[in-house]
Amino acid sequence: MPSRGRRGKQPVNNTTIVATQYFSLGQISIKSGEKLGPVTVAYETYGTLNAARSNAILILHAFTGDAHAAFYHAGDTKPGWWDGMIGPGKAFDTDKYFLICSNVLGSCKGTTGPDSIDPLTEKPFGLAFPVITIEDMVDVQKALVDHLGISKLLCCAGGSMGGMQAITWAVKYPQCAHSVIIIAACHRHTAQQIAFHEVGRQAVMADPAWNNGDYYGQAVPARGLSVARMIGHITYMSWVSMESKFGRKLLDKQKLGYDLSKDFEVQSYLEYRGQSFVERFDANSYIYLTKAMDYFDLAEGRKISEVFKGVTADFLVISFTSDWLYPSSQSREMVRALQAEDADVSYVEIHSDYGHDAFLVELDDQARAVAHYLSKVGRERAGLI
Amino acid sequence: MIRLDYEIIADIIEPGSRVLDLGCGDGELLSMLKEKKNCRATGIEISPRQIIRCMERGVSVAQGNIDSDLDVYEDKRFDYVILNESLQQVLNIEKVLADSLRVGKKVIVGIPNFCNLRARLQIFFMGQVPVTKSLPYKWYNTPNVRFLSLKDFRDFCVEKNVRIEKAWYLREGCRVAFMTGLFADSGIFVLRKG
Repeated sequence: MPSRGRRGKQPVNNTTIVATQYFSLGQISIKSGEKLGPVTVAYETYGTLNAARSNAILILHAFTGDAHAAFYHAGDTKPGWWDGMIGPGKAFDTDKYFLICSNVLGSCKGTTGPDSIDPLTEKPFGLAFPVITIEDMVDVQKALVDHLGISKLLCCAGGSMGGMQAITWAVKYPQCAHSVIIIAACHRHTAQQIAFHEVGRQAVMADPAWNNGDYYGQAVPARGLSVARMIGHITYMSWVSMESKFGRKLLDKQKLGYDLSKDFEVQSYLEYRGQSFVERFDANSYIYLTKAMDYFDLAEGRKISEVFKGVTADFLVISFTSDWLYPSSQSREMVRALQAEDADVSYVEIHSDYGHDAFLVELDDQARAVAHYLSKVGRERAGLI
Repeated sequence: MIRLDYEIIADIIEPGSRVLDLGCGDGELLSMLKEKKNCRATGIEISPRQIIRCMERGVSVAQGNIDSDLDVYEDKRFDYVILNESLQQVLNIEKVLADSLRVGKKVIVGIPNFCNLRARLQIFFMGQVPVTKSLPYKWYNTPNVRFLSLKDFRDFCVEKNVRIEKAWYLREGCRVAFMTGLFADSGIFVLRKG
């Protein structure tokens, strides 16, 4: 996801260099019933695990994110995707907490996904990659957390698809996290969310270069993936943020062209976003991860409060006023179901004009809420001072 | 210094109680109840700014609307539901109070007295809607939407078959025992279903 505007105001971490690490686990069973493996997990850690192993926080990234959440990779000029939230003295304070962020299963940023080599064919999986779910991502994260010797996390925290993973942690592994932070997310994908994803997938699949997912080593389905990202990008912004950023500003023109060339700045912006996305993301991962989100429905036909019956974690839920992709009404639904089941839950709807992207860029109130919340749960639940 | 109304409310509530504070503001009362009375205390508040202040104090508060958000709780979930200086700011008083009496074994209500002596004098002699220390708002910027006297509230409780177990009357940080309808700026009532 892009970084913009507000993020520049945050103190940037000094140029601490971090590197991605890799952990390999054998074959795993996934929700569809299939087996997959061996699975490699790309992850990064920041800060120091205390002697009691009680200060670990798992950061869960969104759709196209990666394990590189903060600080710098050697030679990079841009820090990780949540650098404004993670670092010494920041909301996720690396002086106090040990942070782990891993790339999700099915992605293309180091963890096993459709662009990884299938051991059976010694070629990239492509569509031979099994359809995975948010639960499968969480199972892989659980294996990583076990591998790091942590039996109970202080917190699982994530925005958007990361929030879906966080709430899944609370339900699937209730004994393994003291607290859960769910930002701009939901407990089930709705028709509108599925619909946007479907349009994105159709755009990719309509590109002849997609070739049924078999394009590795050849031209990638750039046009299709770029259109998919353009649609996605519109859903990440808001009416206000688009209007204030672009309005009807013309693109290097004094007047309308009355032809089919680009007239408006917003057109070239989307084009640019689409193209740069093609350079950093795999089209098949796009399909598999959107599918995983579309399958996401914690309740699976039950009442959502029933699913929350066994939860023990303390919850913080955050939504943003202008987020129409994962609207506050969905966060409230989750909060109310948690309240009905007597969970400890804090909820705040933060004012922002940045739409769904707000969780990446609207950091002031979000950071304050998270910092205070972590102090509370650290003190009350994990005995941290 | 601790506000007298907080002190009185904290005195009423037994240690270890389960408490829901409706319109909990910056969470000062909740944090007092949590720390001094070891209560499991939570709140509902409409302002996100106030919720972040609640979080600074380490109390769990959910943003919401007390007009509509009590439906999720089962009967008698809380030992006490608190409506301190918030009831006069809701439109549907009857529903909020009925919901509170349903989800709480007892309800503590703190209300301002819009008919205290100073207010009455201002209306009578100046012909203006009163602005006093305890009622500092002008008619055009007041957050209050319901204007009532202590007597109005007691009558309302009789009409709705709500029992007032105990009442305190306050003025400028002191208790008032005499001609409370005139001299008290506010009242605190402990209620239960009649």
